[in-house]
Amino acid sequence: MKALNQVFTNYKDASPDDLIPILQDIQAQEGYLSEASVREVSSFLHLPASRIFGVATFYNQFRFTPTGKYHISVCRGTACHVLGSATVLEELEKKLKIKAGNTSRDGLFSIEVVACIGACGLAPVISINGEFHAKVDRNAIHRIIDEIIAKNAENEDNK
Amino acid sequence: MNIQLEINNKIVEAQQGETILDVCKRQGLNIPTLCHIKEVFPTGACRMCVVENLNTGKLVTSCSYPVEPGMKIATHSKRVAEARKVIVELLLSNHPDDCLYCARNKNCELQDLSYNLGVRERRIRGVKNNHKIDTSGVSLVRDPAKCILCGRCVDACSRVMGVHAIDFINRGNKSEIGVAFDKGLNTSSCINCGRCIMVCPTGALYEKNHFAQIIEAIDDPKKHVVVQYAPSISVTLAEEIGMPVGTDVNGLLNAALRKIGFDAIFDSSFSADLTIMEEASELIHRVKNGGHLPMFTSCCPGWVKYAEEFAPDLIDNLSSCKSPQQMMGALIKSYYAEKVAIAPTDIYSVAVMPCTAKKFEAQRDEMTHQGITDVDAVLTTRELAQLMRMYGIETDQLEPEVADSPLGKRSTAGKIFGASGGVMEAALRSAHKMITGEEMQKLEIESVRGMDSIKVAHLEIGGIAIGVAVVNGLGNVAPLLEEIRNGRNDIHFVEVMACPGGCINGGGQPITMDMENVKQRMQGLYRIDGNETLRTSHNNPDIIKIYEEYLGEPLGEKSHHLLHTHYQKREVLV
Amino acid sequence: MDWFNSQAAEVNPENIRLLRRDMVDKPVIYIGAGTCGLGAGAAETERAAHQWLSNQGIDAEIVKVGCIGLCAYEPLLDVQMPGFNRVSFGNVSAADVDAILKEVIALNIPKEKVLFQFRNNSRSWDNIPFIDQHSYFQPQQRIVLKNCGLINPESIEEYISRDGYMALKKVLKNQSAEQVCEDIVSSGLRGRGGGGFPTGVKWRFARKTEADQKYLICNADEGDPGAFMDRAVIEGDPHRLLEGMAIAAYAIGATKAIVYIRAEYPLAIHRLKIAIEDAKAYGFLGENIFNSGFNLEIKIKKGAGAFVCGEETAMIGSIEGRRGMPRPRPPFPAVSGLHQKPTIINNVETLSNIPEIILHGQEWFSAIGTEKSKGTKVFALSGKIKLTGLVEVPMGMSIRSVIFDIAGGIMNDKKFKAVQIGGPSGGCITEVNLDTPIDYESIIEKGAMMGSGGLVVMDEDTCMVDVAKFFMDFIQRESCGKCIPCREGTKRMLDILESITNRPINESQYEALERIKGVMQLEKLANVIKDTSLCGLGQTAPNPVLSTIRWFREEYEEHIFDRKCRAGVCTNLRHFTIDVDACTGCTVCAKKCPVDAIIGSKKEPHFIIDDKCIACGTCLEVCKFNAISVS
Repeated sequence: MKALNQVFTNYKDASPDDLIPILQDIQAQEGYLSEASVREVSSFLHLPASRIFGVATFYNQFRFTPTGKYHISVCRGTACHVLGSATVLEELEKKLKIKAGNTSRDGLFSIEVVACIGACGLAPVISINGEFHAKVDRNAIHRIIDEIIAKNAENEDNK
Repeated sequence: MNIQLEINNKIVEAQQGETILDVCKRQGLNIPTLCHIKEVFPTGACRMCVVENLNTGKLVTSCSYPVEPGMKIATHSKRVAEARKVIVELLLSNHPDDCLYCARNKNCELQDLSYNLGVRERRIRGVKNNHKIDTSGVSLVRDPAKCILCGRCVDACSRVMGVHAIDFINRGNKSEIGVAFDKGLNTSSCINCGRCIMVCPTGALYEKNHFAQIIEAIDDPKKHVVVQYAPSISVTLAEEIGMPVGTDVNGLLNAALRKIGFDAIFDSSFSADLTIMEEASELIHRVKNGGHLPMFTSCCPGWVKYAEEFAPDLIDNLSSCKSPQQMMGALIKSYYAEKVAIAPTDIYSVAVMPCTAKKFEAQRDEMTHQGITDVDAVLTTRELAQLMRMYGIETDQLEPEVADSPLGKRSTAGKIFGASGGVMEAALRSAHKMITGEEMQKLEIESVRGMDSIKVAHLEIGGIAIGVAVVNGLGNVAPLLEEIRNGRNDIHFVEVMACPGGCINGGGQPITMDMENVKQRMQGLYRIDGNETLRTSHNNPDIIKIYEEYLGEPLGEKSHHLLHTHYQKREVLV
Repeated sequence: MDWFNSQAAEVNPENIRLLRRDMVDKPVIYIGAGTCGLGAGAAETERAAHQWLSNQGIDAEIVKVGCIGLCAYEPLLDVQMPGFNRVSFGNVSAADVDAILKEVIALNIPKEKVLFQFRNNSRSWDNIPFIDQHSYFQPQQRIVLKNCGLINPESIEEYISRDGYMALKKVLKNQSAEQVCEDIVSSGLRGRGGGGFPTGVKWRFARKTEADQKYLICNADEGDPGAFMDRAVIEGDPHRLLEGMAIAAYAIGATKAIVYIRAEYPLAIHRLKIAIEDAKAYGFLGENIFNSGFNLEIKIKKGAGAFVCGEETAMIGSIEGRRGMPRPRPPFPAVSGLHQKPTIINNVETLSNIPEIILHGQEWFSAIGTEKSKGTKVFALSGKIKLTGLVEVPMGMSIRSVIFDIAGGIMNDKKFKAVQIGGPSGGCITEVNLDTPIDYESIIEKGAMMGSGGLVVMDEDTCMVDVAKFFMDFIQRESCGKCIPCREGTKRMLDILESITNRPINESQYEALERIKGVMQLEKLANVIKDTSLCGLGQTAPNPVLSTIRWFREEYEEHIFDRKCRAGVCTNLRHFTIDVDACTGCTVCAKKCPVDAIIGSKKEPHFIIDDKCIACGTCLEVCKFNAISVS
């Protein structure tokens, strides 16, 4: 696993304190935490795999399956809720035919529910690969997703 | 005594640093607990032990809150009682509550609490837990639906045993306890020791049961069913049959086993004596011929699996001797089979053990001889008691009986195997004779007895300096292994017992978390050793006889095939 | 780079004026580039401005500033012409850039999008209000947000030009650590993250505990849904936080400090990293700061998405690489915290107050606010309100003022119903309590809690049972799962709320009875959870439910007995009817109904059996003839 060694070189004199940052770095690089990566971390930090898995499953951030090419975070904060984020999520799930937490079969989309993005002034908010879309509603969802699908198809054709 | 506080309107004295729970216990006030483990920093998870701090008006957990001067505590006020009751009701709201079918029926802390706190009505309803039962382990079954997430098993597995096969996973209402990647126990580093069962307050963890096969064998007229029992069983069964902790009930045990219908009854203390002969010889051989040192005992199957997983580099240091259970098993289907002229395939061999890992050991590939397994089924002490109840055996009506010959006679050296340091003591008694040709003057070696986590002694036997170490509790072994890897060489022989206190506190024993009980059991064994005269393995006439008649000599050809084994590195999630 | 250090005594005032941009020698365009600005399209606006400048061949500077707090008007674009005051425009999309810049460069102000002008001691624009005359800013008093939206957060020099790091210098040169603790005690500053514990008192505990190592942790794990103050402060003025941290660390005797920040705030993390590097380069962090012998190392730890990690002991667990599960107290972190060493945890807003208190003195600070709650409070306004955004007001101001005077009242002129304050630990302030002054005690008295300062406004279209359910759902998902009352209790409370807001298939009398029994359980359960939970999360978890029951009991009763949601939010309580005249008997609805609640023969009008209907809404969706109506 050469890829992970690159992560590990940033942690000289690593201690268990570094567990979460290391997992974050691995996920940033690989998109998710695989069983193999957890084993690697286990031997790097001399921590039991069960403990690493326990830590990783505690935090919302960590995933154990690859995300879609377009990863959609739906904010379910209070402001977003009172302005209809439940409908937004529902519409998104219907449109993409996947449930929150899952990745579409073609690997194009994945949906994740996040507690609060902290952009309450723009509620309801979704973020796609880190890019914010403010004040979204049912119609906006269809527009945004259709645009992505079209853009993606175009890119595929150009290849 | 330097603090005064008020508990239930009564002034009481306490010491700085004590918790409210400590003080209440001393006052004879029973405060219920679920997650509490003595001597461990409280996690404060279960909230059962809350008491009312009348000065602040808050409920505080008595297990974690240190006493303060002038404190006013109410331990059973209406508010406290209601809170405790609701907490139990919350646990019950999603609990399967199929008590009648539960492994821990009538021996369950949740059941007791619910009864004691007067829960008589289902006030809070929830969706029943519906986790899958994990039966992938050889010895242990996990039923997460019954788990109340007190975390005691995680502590036992990680801190006490140093294994850390399980941990909390997920969060909030979805929390559960499981192995990495939520897989089966068989993929984990679990050593099958059963410490988790010993601390589990409910039926979320229990041993894999083989009653059906055993009963069928007993019922089968063509099967010759033989049973052996481990040295510690005779002093721990007492608790299960309503007798004082640590009472030796060896005679009743033999009688009960016969009543159940076992055709022959042997005492594994005999094969413990045999183990001593082989192991002491092996040690002397290694010392004289420059073998791998220090030599580690191999009678604890939990430790053996641990070594295979966590210390594969030290596998050659493990004694090649099989454990007493397996030696007995091998002899039953060879020596004994020949004696009674029954084909080994017609013998069904059962072992009553203090240990869940023995179930794992019995099914290891290495533990067969010419395709025949040494031991067919293993019962824990708890299961034996259960079997006795199933067969309607009233122990108070039984007359003591003796075990069968030729594998039934033991020395007390074999008997003390059940306590931490016992193997060491027994081995040294015989090693002394083997090296010097003379008996030890004083047979008791106090320095290896007791509950200390590591016991070290340096002795001189016939001009040879021998250093010995006894590891009491597997969680204490890692630092010693590290020292040995780093070149520590004053230790020649190491006894490792996974369970704190040794087999008397094994994962198959009557459930207790009270170390006082464990000490009582230990004293029970040493009492036997103190009261009897045959106290060394090499003087056991049946041992002498079996070498003369059958085995030849320790480490000889026959021993090698029947009584010795080998180990392998294991790839598991550590 | 080290002009400040070497010449601090005699900095060229001209230099400072330039850095402060009190005067500019070429046009400067400011873009509000906080997360909300960028979310609203500030990046496109900026690109358009760049494009426009290069097309026109105009030499101008573009400065990205943090958030000034007017989220409702994002993207914000300000222009400062040489010799003139800076002027601010709102809702400037890329398409608007051309029209605005063309005019302003020609020294005309287009009237449509202009908001206000700043006071830069330059020529003012006619007929444009000053910022302090704008209704949104006029009632505000900005201490923590002083620089937000004004300065480039990625420039340490701009911070320095506005008295930055002067407070740190002052304490390191002139004050003992004990004195700093005492000053903060007498300033009356209380923790802005939740309970409002006096900050100085907390510092004193840690100061007095002997240890070879102490730690300061800045809690930037702003987990309350509906709160974004900390993000805006870090994005807009990160050095203020660092300076506050340095002073706090000095006061308690810590040489290591950690900012525990949500991973969901990448921009804030980015700017904080730059700020730490710059502060190190300027000698404000690191070894021997201001030659005082005081050392401080600040590290960033990213949270990984767990609300409970806002709790101090859980946060410490998380920093140590464990599951963020709280542990019982005592021992308190000030005595035994991170790695069992004395540890002080303060939140972003608390620490950002410190430099101003030191600079202007504790008397100045304690003169602001009420008797027990001193200073100002930053609030994040969101929900059904006209102007969403960030405000900082003196303690003691009424909640009514914040919502109606500052934020302009309710969206679409609907009727105000309640404002949720304090996030999942807080509660509702209703119409009758709108005049409650903002201070810790008064708000608690009304069954809510200051919390970190999220204000989510709700109007008549918000269902309060649904809001309670929302928070309960949040809490039971975010509960760490350690203690029984919180783990099981919050889930059971959610179950009960679900049963109130749903119509079960084939409802029986029995279930209705159970529902009523369940509701009777709610309050009892809530009290046990409050009483016995291990940490603050559980102890406050029932608050949103208790608060809504207290103020909106009739809405609960409507849900339970009349099976009706007046706000129309609980869609599962809707009643569907088929208009017999419009129905063509196409049978589509009957086929699609998941519970066979629709009967009727082909080409004949259909009917819905109300008892069977689970209000899923499928019939409404599939009907091509608009024959189905909802009530």
